[in-house]
Amino acid sequence: MSGVRVLVGTRKGAFVLTADGKRDSWKVDGPFFAGWEMYHVKGSSVDPNRIYASQSSGWFGQQVQRSNDGGKTWEPMGKEFRYDGTPGTHQWYDGTPHPWEFKRVWHFEPGLDNPDHVYAGIEDAAIFESKDGGASWTELPGLRDHRTGPQWSPGAGGMCLHTIVIDPKNHKRLYVAISAAGAFRSDDGGKSWKTITKGLNSRYIPDPTAEVGHCVHRIALHQSRPDVLFMQKHWDVMRSDNAGDQWHEISGNLPTDFGFVIDVHAHEPETVFVVPITSDQEHFPPEGKLRVFRSKSGGNEWEPLTKGLPQKDCYVNVLRDAMAIDSLDECGVYFGTTGGQVYCSANAGDTWAPIVRDLPAVLSVEVQTLT
Amino acid sequence: MIRVELPVGLRVLANLDREVTLDVPPPVTPRAILDALEGRYPVLKGAIRDFITERRRPLVRFYACKQDLSHEPLDTLLPDAVARGEEPFLVIGAIAGG
Repeated sequence: MSGVRVLVGTRKGAFVLTADGKRDSWKVDGPFFAGWEMYHVKGSSVDPNRIYASQSSGWFGQQVQRSNDGGKTWEPMGKEFRYDGTPGTHQWYDGTPHPWEFKRVWHFEPGLDNPDHVYAGIEDAAIFESKDGGASWTELPGLRDHRTGPQWSPGAGGMCLHTIVIDPKNHKRLYVAISAAGAFRSDDGGKSWKTITKGLNSRYIPDPTAEVGHCVHRIALHQSRPDVLFMQKHWDVMRSDNAGDQWHEISGNLPTDFGFVIDVHAHEPETVFVVPITSDQEHFPPEGKLRVFRSKSGGNEWEPLTKGLPQKDCYVNVLRDAMAIDSLDECGVYFGTTGGQVYCSANAGDTWAPIVRDLPAVLSVEVQTLT
Repeated sequence: MIRVELPVGLRVLANLDREVTLDVPPPVTPRAILDALEGRYPVLKGAIRDFITERRRPLVRFYACKQDLSHEPLDTLLPDAVARGEEPFLVIGAIAGG
């Protein structure tokens, strides 16, 4: 029987939530790595039992964990992320040059051909890859060496490469997003990169249409139509129909276009989900109402989804890696909050129910559809 | 045998009890203890001191015999009570948070 496995990273450990295809009765395992910040936990689509986890601590640094049995047991893997060559500088908060310094892994993106191939997005922003299942890591330096690299500067959360998207039809095409540098695309497996920021307009930088400096929060695509990208930016929800070469705004009737997550329905390429957050200074839902907004028209027209979600006195946030979509026939949507709730909708957002209510603050949510 | 007490984060990481014992030949220094500790539990490499520079991580402290040894060179001789196993060498996660 089909089922799902939800991988949850929190401020104080990782959790594995499992259910059958009905998604109404859940088994909760964890915490794994109790007390550690689990920035991201993600499984391979090639071998679902292979899972990578980023384990981080302000005291004890970075660890990388790998499971080969669907999260039951874990083994520590390589954790040395050495920048290629002599790192140069990027721009620090005060405008001065600042050397690149490794801080943590924000995101793992397993390759689509081989479970031993995985990309890592790190802070300070760079992309690494491992071809030996996480035992060793090598930087793809073409990104950090981009001519704009010395102009990149951190957002309030650090200069993190938090989004990696692999084109499902052309595995050499990669997209990354960096706070607060912007978005980049590679068409040669990560050797070289170009900015994909035309059409972005960010009022919080001196030149709102500059090539870099945009605080991109998340990029998503549909498997069947990978040239169409959706972006949740610091402000603005955006869409590109040509692999990022040009963007246009699709915020439409959203109550606010600030937010972190964005994702696409598994079977309907024009159905998009976001969770609006009040503002950059007010990281909670407008009016204290936790609402997912769904567009069935590829943007601009959005409907609030509220059934089963708290509609008063709710002041949680939903962070950038904390939404996921399963691919069961009736598409499931999941998201986690900084209040420790993980919600599931087994009917594409029409109704919601909490899987768990009282985890530590949720940093990431990924789902695996098991057959 | 040298006794080493570890903070909870490192115990979780290496699946250890609060205190571990190590066979460390003299001279007993922080470096010798850390070398032995990381040799037996490789997952701890990089978690207490930097991979490359071997500098203590900023929020880790070393105590022994009611002394803060955090700022002493790693090759400093530790008190005899530590070398004899009467007192533990403490690896501490600095206090933080609210």
